[in-house]
This record gives sequence, structure tokens and C-alpha cells, in this order.
Amino acid sequence: MTDGNRTSGSQPGAEVPAAGAESGAPGPVPGPAPRALGVPDLSLVVLIGATGSGKSTFAARHFKPTEVISSDFCRGLVSDDDNDQSASGDAFEVLHFIVGKRLAAGRLTVVDATNVQAESRAQLVRLAREHDVLPVAIVLDVPEHVCAERNAARADRAGLPRRVIQRHQRELRRSLGTLEREGFRTVHVLRGAREVEDVEVVRERRFNDLRHLTGPFDVVGDVHGCRAELETLLDRLGYALVRDAEGRAVDAVHPEGRTAVFVGDLVDRGPDSPGVLRLVMGMVASGRALCVSGNHENKLGRHLDGRTVQHTHGLAETVEQLAKEDEAFRAGVATFIKGLVSHYVLDGGALVVCHAGLPEKYHGRTSGRVRSFALYGDTTGETDEFGLPVRYPWAEEYRGRAAVVYGHTPTPRAGWLNNTLCLDTGCTFGGKLTALRWPERELVDVPAERVWYEPTKPLAAEAPGGADGRPLDLGDVAGRRTVETRHMGRLTVREENAAAALEVMSRFALDPRLLPYLPPTMAPCATAKPSDEADARGEGFLEHPREAFAEYRAAGVREVVCEEKHMGSRAVVLVCRSAAVARERFGVTGASEGVSGAVYTRTGRPFFDDRARTERLLGRVRDCVERAGLWAELDTSWLLLDAELMPWSLKATGLLRTQYAAVGAAAGAVFPEALGALEAAAARGVDVASLLDRQRGRAADAAAFTDAYRRYCWRVGEAASGAGAAGPGGLAGIRLAPFQLLAVEGRSLAAVPHTEQLALIDRLMAAERALLEEAGDAAPEAGGPAADRTGLLAPTRRLVVDTEDEESVAAGVAWWLDLTAGGGEGMVVKPVGALVRQPDGRLVQPGVKCRGREYLRIVYGPEYTRPENLRRLRARHLGHKRSLALREYALGLEALDRLADGEPLWRVHEAVFAVLALESEPVDPRL
Amino acid sequence: MFLTITTTGTTDRPATDLGFLLHKHPDKAQRFSTSYGTAHVLYPEAHTERCTAAMLLEVDPVALVRRRSGKGRGGAPDAALARYVNDRPYAASSLLAVALRSVFASAMKGQCAARPELVGRPLPLRIEVPVLPARGGGALVEKLFRPLGWSVRAEPLPLDETFPEWGDSRYVRLVLEGACDLAAALRHLYVLLPVLDDAKHYWVAPDEVDKLLRAGEGWLECHPEQRLIVGRYLARRGALAREAMARLELERLAQTDDAAVEEIDNAVDEAADTEERPVPLAVRRRDAILGVLRSTGAARVLDLGCGQGQLIGALLKEAQFTEVVGMDVSMRALQEARRRLHLERMPERQAQRVRLLQGSLAYVDGRLKGFDAAVLSEVVEHVEPERLSALEYAVFGAARPRTVVVTTPNVEYNVRWESLPAGRVRHPDHRFEWTREEFRRWAEDIGARHGYAVTFGPVGPEDPEVGAPTQLACFSREDASARGGGKHGTKDARGSRGMSGAERVEGAAEASRAGGGPVGGKEAAA
Repeated sequence: MTDGNRTSGSQPGAEVPAAGAESGAPGPVPGPAPRALGVPDLSLVVLIGATGSGKSTFAARHFKPTEVISSDFCRGLVSDDDNDQSASGDAFEVLHFIVGKRLAAGRLTVVDATNVQAESRAQLVRLAREHDVLPVAIVLDVPEHVCAERNAARADRAGLPRRVIQRHQRELRRSLGTLEREGFRTVHVLRGAREVEDVEVVRERRFNDLRHLTGPFDVVGDVHGCRAELETLLDRLGYALVRDAEGRAVDAVHPEGRTAVFVGDLVDRGPDSPGVLRLVMGMVASGRALCVSGNHENKLGRHLDGRTVQHTHGLAETVEQLAKEDEAFRAGVATFIKGLVSHYVLDGGALVVCHAGLPEKYHGRTSGRVRSFALYGDTTGETDEFGLPVRYPWAEEYRGRAAVVYGHTPTPRAGWLNNTLCLDTGCTFGGKLTALRWPERELVDVPAERVWYEPTKPLAAEAPGGADGRPLDLGDVAGRRTVETRHMGRLTVREENAAAALEVMSRFALDPRLLPYLPPTMAPCATAKPSDEADARGEGFLEHPREAFAEYRAAGVREVVCEEKHMGSRAVVLVCRSAAVARERFGVTGASEGVSGAVYTRTGRPFFDDRARTERLLGRVRDCVERAGLWAELDTSWLLLDAELMPWSLKATGLLRTQYAAVGAAAGAVFPEALGALEAAAARGVDVASLLDRQRGRAADAAAFTDAYRRYCWRVGEAASGAGAAGPGGLAGIRLAPFQLLAVEGRSLAAVPHTEQLALIDRLMAAERALLEEAGDAAPEAGGPAADRTGLLAPTRRLVVDTEDEESVAAGVAWWLDLTAGGGEGMVVKPVGALVRQPDGRLVQPGVKCRGREYLRIVYGPEYTRPENLRRLRARHLGHKRSLALREYALGLEALDRLADGEPLWRVHEAVFAVLALESEPVDPRL
Repeated sequence: MFLTITTTGTTDRPATDLGFLLHKHPDKAQRFSTSYGTAHVLYPEAHTERCTAAMLLEVDPVALVRRRSGKGRGGAPDAALARYVNDRPYAASSLLAVALRSVFASAMKGQCAARPELVGRPLPLRIEVPVLPARGGGALVEKLFRPLGWSVRAEPLPLDETFPEWGDSRYVRLVLEGACDLAAALRHLYVLLPVLDDAKHYWVAPDEVDKLLRAGEGWLECHPEQRLIVGRYLARRGALAREAMARLELERLAQTDDAAVEEIDNAVDEAADTEERPVPLAVRRRDAILGVLRSTGAARVLDLGCGQGQLIGALLKEAQFTEVVGMDVSMRALQEARRRLHLERMPERQAQRVRLLQGSLAYVDGRLKGFDAAVLSEVVEHVEPERLSALEYAVFGAARPRTVVVTTPNVEYNVRWESLPAGRVRHPDHRFEWTREEFRRWAEDIGARHGYAVTFGPVGPEDPEVGAPTQLACFSREDASARGGGKHGTKDARGSRGMSGAERVEGAAEASRAGGGPVGGKEAAA
């Protein structure tokens, strides 16, 4: 302590890299130059000295005025008198408040007060810890007479009794020996006025602050002694291993100068912890790697230090392996471990690497609890059924800007969650070793060579979501909830809607693992303007494409695509390249094992009752994707398609029976008799002319209605192709009209322009034709099932319209009239750009439907076209439907984005569930 | 909607007397405003030998939907009626009955000022209703009209002749023939049309009982189907209000899928279970479950999938069960349970013992932790096999009560139900029914995975060949005596991977030690 500059190495919980870890700033500089006082750049500097010892002068010289909070200043604030000792209580309250605010904001703060009493310092130490910054003490030990002279020279202190200074001096002396015990991480003692004069404060970067390093990095997950896998992974990442004379890897060099970052838990459980240590220590020493401490290093360090720790959780293996190494190596390990920092802030603050995770408020901070969190995570103190500590899922609430990459919790698959990523993929348990390329955000993994250590807890729970870390929780979906979306901010689901969705999702929907998306509802275009003339002729419209084009023009959308609306049932198709992909990517296990995807309705119900038919349909789609070369082109092994499945009668049989066909049957049976009676009465000379006329009209309307629904009904499977040909579960008669590719591995395709989308889909169509031709050539006699010849995939006719161009608009109208004259359902008008915003940033409706005049009989009743009905029906309110359509759209996009980002199932399910819940909002069902 | 009434006559009793009885002149077409549209009365045929009166009700379908404000007073009380695609304008429904009553009020009362001597005289009548909605089909139509002296012809109408495989519609073409007093005939129609329709009569009003008694005078008292008639005529009154509350959200979700609401809103069974008929099996099941729970000494009990709360009611009767929580995914079932248990009127002390929650075993639910026992009575068979793993985890992995009682049908026994067609499950919502072997395998697997010992037992009369109708499994957590946390029973049995108690808590202790902050922590000193 001869130089009076002491750095405490024994303070519990503090970060003290004794060796190996790089300190950002140079240490004390020897020589004639002023003595350097090191102060961490985020710390609470407590000046300690008697009145008149020159604290304020010192502070003013070395710190910014705003960094210094003096007790005198605070006295002035509360009492208008800097020296009013009676105001001390309030003044210190203000001081602590300001200091707290500054520390919370991450600003270095200097407290300029005498601070000679232990209890006043204790408050400051507590404050520093509360904000996880280091307390630093700078003692100004100036002789009593100097203080007295200085006070005498100041008008406001001239009257200060000498004994005050003496008391301060006494208290100061008493304090000198205890400062470190009080919790000061660094203590600088300046003796005499000369020494006070002759120093320079040097701000030191915190050990965890490596923001100046920008990588690029390769962050490596928990290795746990799996040396062979680590070497393979480094090789895959492009590192060249450097080996010593004995062939042991001692370093690894990346030709592009990349830096490896290890998240800790290098040791225990695995077969060669010393080998891993040798390699990583070498890389750290040569500056090619950084490493944070894991809980296992921490425990090993305590063991090497001679403390008693239980040799559980794989430590026994490490100890045994280390016993075979020489003493020097073990000493090197101990030193290495002592030097490990709990976390690093990298790349300008964009990346935080630690072992078990870290909330934003702890980033770059230094305290025992920060270290504990970084090493062990947010433990609740409980243990679970497997005897492992219960960990609070801190990442679910993480909203920080920096990406936090960590390990610690074995999970089958690494996936981003709220800008956090857990890289522990259980290599030692037979999983894989995973690395993240930063800033590329690419994941690279290598499989474990074998199960090195039996897991206590099964890696993947069988329950949905278990494979991603945790099974679905009721709290993810039930009650009133707010879902954060990228495209529309926070969206609220009301409790009663969630309740209805819970019932449908639980009782009727598919396994949530196979349900990564639900399609949004779609609003109709604005109601057609009334036209008395046309209405009177019985030719009025309720919906007309002019309104759709006008609407998009008004929203600033010039190019729209009109897509034929197929009258079937909405179907989402998830097709995987194989059942193995479904198992790997979507975690489909247990009773669902063996499926290669799903075909489901708008409420998530499986389309077909029998799996065989589903698989047959998926098989056909898969063949087309394969043939079209889309697996490779889209770099994926699965595809999510939005489509319409026909005929309508396939799924809507119940409704057809109870409603549509029933109404048709009733009308069909009643009118002949009613008209017969009226005609007979008319023949008798009873005046029923107008009634008869009206009834004839109604009869015609009813017949038109029956025609309308019949168009969307036909037989499928066995019934369609004649006995035996297709067999039950066959595809004969079934048509699938895909109109959008929603997502592939790693990518949501929702923003791909519709023209490109349709071009891809056309290629699927062409692929199917080619497949059918080949099949026909191969077996001309067999003449397979009818659908196998006509094909499963149905094309979607389309027309691009320029909303600014009258001619183009007129062509669009004519196209629609033509399409619907024969009873077609109508069309959907979408902005070609798919995901489009208005100039003010609001989302544009992703599509509006414009339904055919005949088709609408199914919706508004057989007689809706009568002028008196049309007039009333035009009074419909689209506002809620349009709002609902946008909200569901945003939630659907969110589900796709989360899916693409590889987020855990509960995150994807949250958005999917919300779509279903919104669907039960009270909106006019005819819209 | 349309019907005709025809009579025949002779010169001294001309058929055209029908006009006097109906108070409608045969040579005129007359129109009457009713609440749902315009009723027209006209005679396609009117001479001495034959006279036919026709009534045609022009229903305004748009008004029917739009007039929603006055619930129960003509407005559409639920979304089902609020459809523009509606059979009301075509079928002889309750709307027609209402029109009959208002257009032929005097005739129905048997009043005829002009020709009083005609009143009460049986006429040869032929009544034709071309489209009559008839729930229960032609057979029920027969049962209702034949005891009243009518010869009945009720031909079912096909749904759509282009799709014969869809079968018949719920409509019949009805022809009634017989000699009957006209007033009585009208009253028969007035009561029985809506009974056959059995749609939601939104017009059931408090005075409906009086109307029924008046219209039924002289024939309903001794009608063999009196119970059914009265039941259907009035039954929906109470149900209506409940329905209007509970079904709308689900209804919309059904619409989203082009499905009928009944397809998904079927958690509360309105018809009796097939299986209940031979023995009150439900009671035996409840007794068996209670027996198991009593023997385990459970105090806090979960009824997962509580349905309408029958078991909860039984549990509350026993002081042993200090806290009973019923959970179901169906809001409607919970509503029904609340009503049946009289939760609102229950004494406070008793009400404090019971809670009803909406929840789903497809999700992990923190509220279910820490109970002594959970009952899943007739629940698992309502879950798709693919989703049972979620249920398994939610109950045995996450909630982990000390005891779990599961009952489910024994499919082998189905051959003993005479009323159950071969190969059919006992309830349309059953996704599967297990044999005893299948159930045993499922339960034992779970036991092994989650550390529960399983015992099995029959419920109901045991058949030497096919066993009992219901099978019961009782799961007991193997570490139930140990404190908290618990470890993996099976693995422990195997010995190799189990951890000692001291080791188990070590991780947590280590973490909390380090979490203790700088003072008192040791790790940084290492």
C-alpha cells in the first residue's frame, strides 16, 4: 500500500479478472508524470475528506460539473443556504435521489461530501449496488492546518470551529482501514496537498465493455467437454486449428480474422474437458477468442482453489480428467477461470454474450447479482420434478435493444426469442453444438458424436412446444391479452373471444405444432353506389369492382392484381419434404408421428377426417414442388401455402344440408303448388295478377339460388370416379387452388409481390401437368383415378389492373362481369406489392373481395336483388370488418415472421390463437 | 309458405260454405298484414262440389333479419335466424301458424255469424301443406295427426335431386284427410305446425301457455303424444335466453368454417347418453371416483373436464373435500354447471369450497398445481389421440397432483349395448374408445414416464367376457411422501440416473448462494 493505490481483489461478487482478461485501459503509469487514478467509467466515486480538504476543487478539476453532486449544492437546493447544517437530512435525500437517477441511466457520478462517517458511506455503497455499479473511494487526507487555512479563506466558512475539522480528521483515520470491507471496489488514498494536486483521473473501461470490438464473431454454445465436436464446429466455421507437438489443439485461427466467443460451460460432463480448456485458453490468450464464465467454470474454479464442492453434474468427470494433466496446466486453468468475466457487451452495444442470460438493466453493469444472473439465470430457488433449479423465463419478458446470446439451458433447437438466443443445444447430452455467426445471424451446428452424458431431464417434452424449450401455457392465450406485432403494434384480444377460441382450439383444431398460421378474414369492397335505373330493371349490384379499384387508388396503390375467387373452402397447406422434416422442424412426435404436413381450415380444423387422404394430397403437392425445383430454389424443406380447396360441398356438407339445400328444397317444392293455385284462381277470374307475378319472380329467384349453390357442389373420391377407381380417401374430384406461398424455412413470403407468387404457383401447375403426362405415358391402359388425370391443382385466373388508368379499370370490370356471369364467386383485388402501407404508415388492406351478383344469393338470400331488398341491404357497415381484416392480417404476418425467425412454438401459437379469437368478434357474417 | 284447405260438397251442402266458415269470400283475393309479411287468402277452386281455400304468406326475408331490436317480440333472437338464407319464406313454420291464427281468428274460435248452423259440423276436409318442416320425420307427423282422426300422408322431400346421396330434407309434403270440424282442424294446425317445425320459436311469450291450452281444448288433453307436444311447444322458452348468451362467439367461429354451429357447440348434451339407459352408469362412476378419492384422503380436488358439474355436486356433499375446482373448456358447460350447482344461491361457506374455471388440458396451467387429486372422468376420449401428449404433460408433468383418477369407456363392452349399432362410439364426440388393454398400456406408459404407480378397476356390472362398461385408472405419485419437487420415480427405480435428495437441491442452493450479493457470497473470492 505504499503508493496508496489499492485495488481490492477480495471483494465478493465483484468482477476481478486477475489475469488473462483484457482490461481496456493501461494500468498506472510509472514515472514523473502525474500519478494516474484509475476509475471505472461507470462507477460511483465517493470523495472522502474533511471540510476544507479540497474535494470540490478536486472534483471540478477531474470531472464534468454535471457528474459531481455535492452535499453543499443540495443544501442550497432545499434551503437556499449551502452551509445550513440543519438542512442536511433533506439535502442528502435529494443527493441520493439524483445519484440514483444518474446511476440508473448509466452515468458516472461523483459524490462531493465529507463522507467521513461509515454510515453515510454505507448508504452510497448500497445505492451503487442497487444500480449494479462499482463504488470507488478517493480519500483526500490533507493535514488539519491546511484545511483550516482554506476554510478561513472562505467567507462562508471562516467561522467554522476548529474542532469540526478535528472530528472529521479523526473519523477519516478510523475509516481508512475499513473502506474495502465496506464494499468499495477501488480505494485511492491521496496523502497531503501535494499528492492531491499531482494526480490524474483515468477512466477505465469496464472489463465487460468491449463495445469497440465489432467482430465479426462466432458465438459458440455450451461445449461441456465435447472437444471433438468443438474442433469440428470450428472447422465448419472456417477456423484453422493449431496443434502442439502432441497433436493437441491449442489455438484456432480464422483467415478473415473472426473472433470466437464462448458462452461458458466449457467443462464437465463431456469426455475431454481439459482438451476443450486447452483449446479455448489458447484462443483467448492469442486474442482469437473471448470467453465468459459459466456456472460450471465457477464451480471448477472453487474446486481448484481447494474449496469443498460437490462433484455432481459432471464435475467428477472433469476432476478425473484434470488429474491426468500436470500441475502447471491445472494452475493455468485456475488462473484462466479467475479471469473470466460474467458477460461482454460487444459490437457497439448491439450484442451481449453471457452464460445464462441477462436483462437489459444489467448490461454492462458490475455487481454480485449481475454476475449471479449471468451465471445461473433467474432462479426462483425452487427445484422441479427432476431436481433441477426452476428457472424463470426471463427472455420471455426481454424487450432490450441488444441481442443477448447465451447458453446454460439445454434446448433441442436454437431459436430467437425477443432478440435473445440460447445456444445450448445439449451437445453433451447427444444433441448438437451450435454457433451463431454475428452479425450474419446464421446458425451453424454439428451433431454430437454420441450421448456423452445421460440427461436428468428429457431434452424435449412430448407436449407441443416442449421441443422449443417449454410447452404451451394457458397464460399464452387465455383471458384478455395484448399481442405485440411488427406491423400493427399492440393488438388486443378480448376475454370472451379468447374463451371461444380456447374451446375451438382445444377441442377441434389440429395439434398446434402443425398449425403455424391462420388466414385472416377479408373485407368486401365498398358497397356499390345505388343506381335506381339498374335496380328497377333488377340489375342492381351490391358489390362492384369499380369500388375496389377506387379504394386502392385512393390509398395510393396503382397496380392491383385481380385474382379469381374460387368458391370452395379456405385451406392452409403445410407440406414438408418428408415426415422426417415434419418431425425435425415442427417437432411432430408421438401420435402424430409420420405425418408430413397438414391441411386445415380457417379455424385450424383438419380438412379431412382420414389421415390417408391428407397424406395423399400432401404427396401430390410435394411431388409438384419437387418437380418444379422449388425446394432447392427456395432453400427449404417445407412450404406453407394459402389455398382454396374445392368443392365447397366437401367441407360444408353440414351447412348445405341444414341451410342451403334445405332452403332450395323448400322453395322448389312450394312454388309449383302455390303458382298452380294462383293460376287456377286467376283462371276463375279472381284478381291475383300482381301476386302471381311476384310469386313467379320469387320462384325464379329461388331457382337461381339453387343453381348458385349447386355450382359449388360435386362428388369426390369414390363417388366421383366410380366404384373402386380411386377408393375411399382418393383425391378424385378434389381441386386445390393455391394462391400464395406464405412461408418457407427462415423466411416469410408474405411480402413477395403477388405477380411473383403466382408465377411460382404456375410452375407448380406446370409441374403437375408434366407429372400427369408422364404417368399417362407410362400406363395408358391403367387410366388411373379421374383426379389423377385431371390434376389436383387448379389455376387461379388473374388480371393486373392499373387503378389510375380508366381503360385498365374498365377492362377489370369487364373481366369480373365475365367471370361472374356464369356464377363465379367473384374476385379478390390485391395490391401487387402484397404488403403495402399508405403514405401515413398505415397498412393497406391486403385484399378486398368483390363477389359476383349470382353468388351473393347464397349470402344475402335468393331474393336479394329485388330493388326493395337491395335498397335496404346497401345499408351495411364495413368499418368493423375492415378493421378486423387488418388486425387479423397483422397477426397472421406476425405468426409467419415468428415462424420464419424460428421462434418457439408458444410465440407462434400466441399470434395464431389471436387470429382465431378475433374471428369470434361480432361482425356481420355476410361481409 | 303455403297451405290449402279443400272440402267437397253437394247441392244441399255446397262446398263453398267453406267461405262462410272462414269468413273469406271465395271470389275475392284478400290480403292481411301480419307481423312477418302479408298473408293472402284466395280460392283456386270454388264450386258446389269442391272448394279450396289457399293461404299464402309472403314473408319479407330482409325484414326478418333486420328487425333484431325486439328480441322475443319478432326480432331474430339469435344469429341462426339472422340469416338471409332462411327457409321461413317457403316452409310452413310457426310463422304460418301465427298467420293462421290472425287471419282465421273467428273460424278458429268456431264463430260464424252469417251461418251459425255450419259451426261444429264435421266436414270432409283435405289439407295440403306442400312444405312442412318436420323434425322427427313422417313417423312423428303420423303420430301427431292420426290420433286426431286424420288420415295422414307425409312424403319426405329430397334435399336436392341432383345430389341424391344427400338424402331427404327435414321437410315433408303433408296431406291430411278426414271429416273434421273446421275450427278444430285449424287449431290442430295452429299447435302442431310449430311443434313439428321445432325451430326456435322466437314468439314464445308468457301468455303462450294460455294460448296452447285454448287451442288444445278438446283434443290435446287426451292426445297420446301430449308430453311431446307441450314440451316442444314451450320447451325452448328457458333455453332461449341461455342460448342467446353463450353461443354467439362459437357461432361465429362455426360460420368462419362454413360449419353448422351444432358441430362445434356440442359440449352440453341435450339428448340423453345412449349408455345411460340400461343402468345409471354415471352414478356408479361417480361413486367409484368418490370411493377412490375418499381412500386417498384428498382434500383439494380438481375435476378436469367437469362438464355440467355432477361430480362437483357430489364432492361438495362430503366434508373431506375442502376445496373443489371444476375446470372445463366449454363456457356453456360451465354456465350449466353454475346453474345446476346453484352457485349464486349457495351459502357463502360452501361457495368458498368450490371454484369453476375455464381452462384446457391442451395447455400447461399454473392454476392446477398443488392439488391432492385430479379427476378426469370421461375426458380423455374427447381428445384427439394426437393431442393426448399435451394433456398428459399438463396433468402428469406440470400439475402433478398426488392422485389422478381417470375413467373412460371400455369399448369391448359396446357389444352389450343393444341400442348401439356395431362399430359406433357411444357419443358422437368420442374421438376414440379404448379396449382394456389399450387403456392399460396408455396409463402404464404415463406412469413410467412421470413417476406414478397405476392401479385399474372396473366400473359398472362386470361382464366375464368383455369387462365392465367403464374402466378406471388410479395414478398415485410415487414420491408423494417426499417433500416438494419430487424426482423421477421410474428413473430412480432404475437407479442409474436418479439423484440423491442432497444433490437435487444443490443446484438451487448454489444459485441462491451466488445470488446473495457481494456480501456473504463466496464465489468471487474463488
